[in-house]
Amino acid sequence: MKAERIVNTSVVAALVLFPLWAWMTDAPFLITLATKAVIFALAGVGLNIALGIGGLVSLGHAAFFGLGGYAMGILASHAQAYDPIFNAPFVLEGTKSMPVIWLVAIISSGLAALAIGALSLRTSGVYFIMITLAFGQMLYYFSISWPAYGGEDGLSIYVRNSFPGMNTLDPIQYYVICVALLFAVLLFTSRLARAPFGLALGAARQSPLRVKTVGISPYKLQLVAFTISGMITGLAGALFADLNRFVSPTMFSWQLSGEIIVFILIGGTARLFGPVVGAIVFVLLEHLLGGLSEYWHIYLGLLLLLIVLFARGGLIGLLAGKERSHD
Amino acid sequence: MKLRSLALVAALSALASGAYADSDGAKVKVGMITTLSGGGASLGIDARDGFMLAVKQSGNENIEVVIEDDQRKPDIAVQVADKMIQSEKVDVMTGLIFSNLAMAVVPSAVAQGKFYLSVNAGPSALAGKGCNPNYFSVAYQNDNLHEAAGAYAKEAGYKKSFILAPNYPAGVDSLTGYKRFYQGDLAGELLTKLGQTDYASEIAQIRASGADSVFFFLPGGMGISFLKQYADSGVDIPVVGPAFSFDQGILQAVGDAALGVVNTSQWGKDLDNAANAAFVETFQAEYDRLPSLYAAQGFDTANLLLSAMDKASVTDADAFRAALKAADFPSVRGKFKFNTNNHPIQNIYVREVIKEGDVYTNKIIGTALEDHGDAYAAECKM
Amino acid sequence: MSPILLAEQVLNGLQLGVMLFVMAAGLTLVFGVMGLINLAHGSLFMVGAFAAAAVAGATGSFLLALVAALAAAAAAGALIEVLVIRRLYDRDHLDQVLATFALILIFSEGTRWIFGSFPLYLNVPDYLSGPVTLPGGIQYPLYRLTLIAIGLAIAGGLFALISKTRLGIQIRAGENDREMIAALGVDISKLYTIVFALGAALAGLAGALVGAIQSVQVGMGEPVLIVAFVVIVIGGIGSIKGALVGAILVGLTDTLGGVLLPELFKLFMDNSTASSAGSALASMLIYILMAGVLIWKPTGLFGAST
Repeated sequence: MKAERIVNTSVVAALVLFPLWAWMTDAPFLITLATKAVIFALAGVGLNIALGIGGLVSLGHAAFFGLGGYAMGILASHAQAYDPIFNAPFVLEGTKSMPVIWLVAIISSGLAALAIGALSLRTSGVYFIMITLAFGQMLYYFSISWPAYGGEDGLSIYVRNSFPGMNTLDPIQYYVICVALLFAVLLFTSRLARAPFGLALGAARQSPLRVKTVGISPYKLQLVAFTISGMITGLAGALFADLNRFVSPTMFSWQLSGEIIVFILIGGTARLFGPVVGAIVFVLLEHLLGGLSEYWHIYLGLLLLLIVLFARGGLIGLLAGKERSHD
Repeated sequence: MKLRSLALVAALSALASGAYADSDGAKVKVGMITTLSGGGASLGIDARDGFMLAVKQSGNENIEVVIEDDQRKPDIAVQVADKMIQSEKVDVMTGLIFSNLAMAVVPSAVAQGKFYLSVNAGPSALAGKGCNPNYFSVAYQNDNLHEAAGAYAKEAGYKKSFILAPNYPAGVDSLTGYKRFYQGDLAGELLTKLGQTDYASEIAQIRASGADSVFFFLPGGMGISFLKQYADSGVDIPVVGPAFSFDQGILQAVGDAALGVVNTSQWGKDLDNAANAAFVETFQAEYDRLPSLYAAQGFDTANLLLSAMDKASVTDADAFRAALKAADFPSVRGKFKFNTNNHPIQNIYVREVIKEGDVYTNKIIGTALEDHGDAYAAECKM
Repeated sequence: MSPILLAEQVLNGLQLGVMLFVMAAGLTLVFGVMGLINLAHGSLFMVGAFAAAAVAGATGSFLLALVAALAAAAAAGALIEVLVIRRLYDRDHLDQVLATFALILIFSEGTRWIFGSFPLYLNVPDYLSGPVTLPGGIQYPLYRLTLIAIGLAIAGGLFALISKTRLGIQIRAGENDREMIAALGVDISKLYTIVFALGAALAGLAGALVGAIQSVQVGMGEPVLIVAFVVIVIGGIGSIKGALVGAILVGLTDTLGGVLLPELFKLFMDNSTASSAGSALASMLIYILMAGVLIWKPTGLFGAST
């Protein structure tokens, strides 16, 4: 536990100090890169509630990431064009206000997660992996062929959305917004994991029967976890779309679902900071290796392979020993 | 191989022959974002090689090119663009092949005062209402080649076309473009799945439709699959399409199935002008393969930029913009000028696939549209 | 739509289905016997197609190309089994997904490094090209008929292998009780390598056969992989019979859905909208089918219930 706390503290320190240093040395792109890592981390923290604590391996979390992104894209593009989303039965205007967009992103991805979870949780194991993948693919193909919001071209927003009292186009200010949300969600997750709900969810992963005998339905526990997990990933999607000022069907792709899992595994499954460490390492690798060689995917592949084969428990497991914080 | 150092070497190794002088010595830093890995890499590689060949031939030391891979992912493209603007401080951007990536990068890049010269993508959204004085398409407007195919079909007297394209915005645009110039009836209209590899059911529908011609737009691997399966099906209705499925890079993979097929392009390697002859020869000498349409577009883009650098400094944005707009460079396409919306006015030719020795390539057999602009210029207010 | 066109579309669906079966058979065997999810199965499909294209280009013989595809994919399969896969059998599915995802990256970029970024040429041999006329006047490509025949022959061969041979008995035993067959003195690690190489060879063969009428290019394996997973999940993971039924169901659904849905929509909307809405729904159809099957039967049509 102690070693892991040291790792976690250093990660928090790095998340605060690195962008500060980049800001002082006038390297705005490094801040943008850090923002991307923070947003991916948030998506990973979301999935980790289902995957890490609940043992639900979802290969379809890009669905929620994309829904969050499209919540931002649709609301902002309508606001940009001064064109209401619909006029009947009542007039609904778009918006460029981040808090409102976040709320819409969280609610819509939460509803989707509730529906997808309710159907998918009838299955388990590999079947669960595959049915979540199927739902992700449905949304992917739908977003490509639905012309109203750009289809495969996606939606472009000229200016980043606004947050009261901040200039969101300034990289460091947008970073502050994102990192604050990440810290808030981390706090929430650590509370959740220790609360009776989290403990029961963990127990349902290890032995559903034991939970059932105490009179709790594992299905309901897992459904709630899956929904919360989808909401957080949806929020990350809205932030990611705003970072790029752009949203497209690639946010729904199964490769992205795979990458979110990769963040968790690189860092360490079921560790509070696992996805954070994983996302930082992944973004760093992508940046460094990408500049090194056209064929950098080979090196990324080799590295992932080494991590799976020889660093079980992820990087945090490597640094902090084998015990798991949530168990 | 380090891409960035390759670019630097290419820029520096070209020692000035003496004839060259920039008007006030201002350096121009170019950010090239293009697809160099994964599917679609061959297109980006060709565009890059064409561009760098022109830079090398110019011997201009004042141009520095930074090249990065977009992996054909919009979010990566946006991120690389941010990096080029924020930390590399580039003046001019170029290189994107795919329209969806261009839509992600271009609007915000030109909003930040950068120049963007397109080597390939020309989405309609950037040609009409969304046009921008700092955005120049040096290739075409996306509809152009499809319009030319429609014009050819009308000229050839086709009365009943069967048309198909993938179900995504560029695909829908292609069918609209074809119908804009084709005057006959449609035997059928199909939108296929993006990335589809099996066209058996579409070909069966074509066979049953009683069409007298087939128009298709299926870029990349989709076109290879379609042509091979079409040739094997025994259906012998004539096919016409835009150049993308008959380009130098992929023709060898289609093989005999493409022989004799008519396609439309604003360039061909046998186009008769001095600039083109020199380009085809030097490109082959440098890279040991025939140039493709994308290489030709990259080459023209670099020469346009170099011509503007001769006339004005990039620090004087208005003068530089005017110099670009003048398009005072020897295009490998022959005649070339910009329309009011900064998109080309150019001839679009009809080509036929032939075999030269062991190599499949194209021969120009006619002109589909002369001095052709695009349908969106009137909507562009700038 | 005329009955002849409909019959031709059913043949097309069948052809797609049997090729999906050849691809999915290895995937489902490996899962059934070793309990492994192998995302890199699509890469073996690609290896087969590239090996076939290279050999066909050098020798001009399609038969040699098919042999090369089988051999190269089996060798690649055996190699990764020994180096990587066998360390994953006792891991959870999550580790397997990540490790085989890593293998996809290595295979794809490695192939691009060796063969370049341009698609390769591989074509139907002359003696199989062109259409033949079937009873009822259907003009149908001979090569596609050959694919249906090869696919059905492989299906028959696999059923015979599993029900009649010694290897088949070991495979069935392995699916039911791993400790037991080890106790009976079967060299289990050799059995696993053989099963994995067999699945790989089938994927490679499918790659070469399908590559002749498609584009042989890097990344060609991933879309097929996803659909192959849909197939084995619908059929029930581990079941060869399920894979066959699932493959044909998916092949028919995908082909007929793409044809019939736009026609259906044309009954109550204008042509362009119907075409666009119909093909949008058609592209989602196999995933809807899979979700539907799983909601109805959570372990697939022929899967062992857990």
